[in-house]
Amino acid sequence: MPKRIVVPFGPQHPVLPEPIHLDLVLEDEKVVDVVPSIGYIHRGLEQLVQKREFTEYVYVAERICGICSFMHAVGYCQGIEHIMGLEVPDRARYLRTIWSECSRLHSHLLWLGLFADGMGFENLFMRSWQLRESVLDVLEDTTGGRVIQGTCKVGGVRRDIGQEKLDEMHHTLDPFEEQCRDLGDIFLNDDTVKYRLKGLGVISKDEAYALGATGPTTRGSGVAMDHRETGYAAYGDIGFKPVVETAGDCYARCAVRVKEVYASIDQIRRAIDQIPEGPLDVKVKGTPDGEYFSRVEQPRGEVVHYLRGDGTKHLARARIRTPTLANIPMLVKMLPGVQLADVPVVVLSIDPCISCTER
Amino acid sequence: MAFLKRSPWILHYDASSCNGCDIEVLACLTPLYDVERFGIINTGNPKHADILMITGGINELNRAVVRNLYEQMPEPKVVVAIGACAATGGIFRECYNITGGIDKVIPVDVYVPGCAARPEQIIDGVVTALGILEEKRTKMRGNAQTKEEARHAAGEST
Repeated sequence: MPKRIVVPFGPQHPVLPEPIHLDLVLEDEKVVDVVPSIGYIHRGLEQLVQKREFTEYVYVAERICGICSFMHAVGYCQGIEHIMGLEVPDRARYLRTIWSECSRLHSHLLWLGLFADGMGFENLFMRSWQLRESVLDVLEDTTGGRVIQGTCKVGGVRRDIGQEKLDEMHHTLDPFEEQCRDLGDIFLNDDTVKYRLKGLGVISKDEAYALGATGPTTRGSGVAMDHRETGYAAYGDIGFKPVVETAGDCYARCAVRVKEVYASIDQIRRAIDQIPEGPLDVKVKGTPDGEYFSRVEQPRGEVVHYLRGDGTKHLARARIRTPTLANIPMLVKMLPGVQLADVPVVVLSIDPCISCTER
Repeated sequence: MAFLKRSPWILHYDASSCNGCDIEVLACLTPLYDVERFGIINTGNPKHADILMITGGINELNRAVVRNLYEQMPEPKVVVAIGACAATGGIFRECYNITGGIDKVIPVDVYVPGCAARPEQIIDGVVTALGILEEKRTKMRGNAQTKEEARHAAGEST
């Protein structure tokens, strides 16, 4: 039997902008075991609910993660609104959907770029990020922030998108989709990408389900589970169908995300078509008393905000289960059997967001 | 500064930020901002780096990592703290696991404000850092020269 050695991966590693530490147990070049350890970005955000008022905590919720920040705010606000029995106006629900899907677009394009970088495909990395900038332009134009938007609040949204801007967005979606399809075509059909990704880090449907993983990571293994199906915000009105691939390898996970980019563009188009006129928010009176599990589909999977209020202006407890935390067990199952040189690609294939994970 | 004399290499580390500043650091390197055209490259190796860019505040676990990265970098080196968290702890300053800004552990030369810091601000911070780097280099060279002269003078006198 070959001698076993342990190679540390991270916390500072060129492939990932964020610190995660993995101890890789190797036999020659082959990974046989993985021990993950996290905590390098742990801040203790859950306890901050006791120091910030429940309406102010939205800002903290947005900063749980800078990539899917808008969805965290939506998840938190929906929880509080449910506890307090607030009915969010229709226009606000549609605006939340539009901004959520814009965030998903920028997150997926960001990931596609990082994934290409992990494969050593620099050109594709730059092209993905170039496309991402046009999404950020729209976000900045409509909310004022590139990555942290700050437009979601308890009871509705803080800003409106004018009809003129909505028309302009609708108008630019077609050329944008064309560019995305050109880019997606490389990810789906290029020989080097296929050669690198097919059959790598395979997880079966049953395994993915049993491990409790979530998001595109499980949808790549054939589990058709997407929280947008439940129809929160305006997803119930505009219709939604999850994107599913069945192979369960890195290529399938990549394909799910490429196709979700197309799906998001379609969702934004439909939301702009159907958006009703009306008020943006309702007045928040009183304090939350009760508890609720609020669930939202983020680019990386389902995030759960558990909120409990005790009738004061500070919540008693918040608990946030983020998608990457649920996906790490799957990563530990994926890595054994993989060559050391493929480890960065496999790690990236779950789209790790360590900032979310550690809160 | 009218032109860049050298190609500074950057080491980026995410201490405990929310990712917002990190993706903006990466956005600086990709098309639209593209600082790589000036020869500014993001390296993964601290021994290759001139500028350390840190986002986020210091917590108990990453304190040693930050100091370790800083100590591995060769002189002269400049530290750029990016975002409100790296400066003071920002919105997380009251969290139980956050000690404060980066300057609690290593000396910081440039603070870039913002939450999240915009790419333009980050590039401005790097350009300021380049000036400081040049100053430090001249100072180091001056010190080396003085030492050489002193040794020379001592050699002549004996």
